[in-house]
Amino acid sequence: MDQYPRNYLYRRIVQSKLFIDTHYADAIDIDNISNEAYFSKFHFIRIFKEIYEKTPHQYLITVRINHAITFLKEGLSVSEVCSSVGFESLTSFSTLFKRTVGVSPSNFLLQEQQRKQQVAEKPLSYIPGCFAFKQEWTKDSNFEEVSFASLTDL
Amino acid sequence: MIKRLTHMCVYVLNQESAFDFYVNKLGFKVHTDAPMGSDNRWLTVTPPEQPELEITLFLVKEGPMFTKETVQMMTQLIKNGTFGPGVFECSDIYATYEELKSKGVEFKKAPKEEFYGIEALFRDDSGNWFSLGQKKKS
Repeated sequence: MDQYPRNYLYRRIVQSKLFIDTHYADAIDIDNISNEAYFSKFHFIRIFKEIYEKTPHQYLITVRINHAITFLKEGLSVSEVCSSVGFESLTSFSTLFKRTVGVSPSNFLLQEQQRKQQVAEKPLSYIPGCFAFKQEWTKDSNFEEVSFASLTDL
Repeated sequence: MIKRLTHMCVYVLNQESAFDFYVNKLGFKVHTDAPMGSDNRWLTVTPPEQPELEITLFLVKEGPMFTKETVQMMTQLIKNGTFGPGVFECSDIYATYEELKSKGVEFKKAPKEEFYGIEALFRDDSGNWFSLGQKKKS
């Protein structure tokens, strides 16, 4: 990396990283991304990996999966999420998602829906008791279903 | 025997703005975002690669926990940059610095090589400052 001034080089690579962050849902390829950084493809991949410990393609997949997690948490269906994050095939999306997260997108969606419902119904179960007591949230009639015993388990 | 830190508290002056700063600028994940009645919110975020540590973005406001005088004092102290709640580690500090700067994060110190590694300092939207560090490669 020594042949370029450090600031120049970092700005170019960061620009390409932000390009992936913004255009993850589009059909972008390495040529698009290296053009964004004004480097040759080979040189770009090498420097990108030095900085982010992932190739641009690996990083793109990570960004897509992270957005998929966010969208599933928001309650979008698996097929909606698949197309929203730039995957063309539901099968490859599900495979990559399961490999990264450990559960299939549909199971993840189900788990998140259950968790969301629990947070809405029993928010105090997710708050350390000391804060809840200090804020007097345990006195609120909305939260009466949470017993002292369950709070001390946190 | 204490095993690990699970929650830490960062006092903020505006939770909406803190959400934007920590999630959209720093890239943290929302862990729990629960309304507590009509005017309270329990909001925790986690660093991208540390999902087990919840950072509570705790609003400084008058109520059972803070008196009016305490809120005034806390607000002034936070705005003055008195509190430095922690150190975040990154893999490449120069890239992280460039990215966060491009997103409008205010830095008090640009990355500088120190005997313990490379360090920069930035402020959150309320005024809390954090150290951003990269360990020396062995």
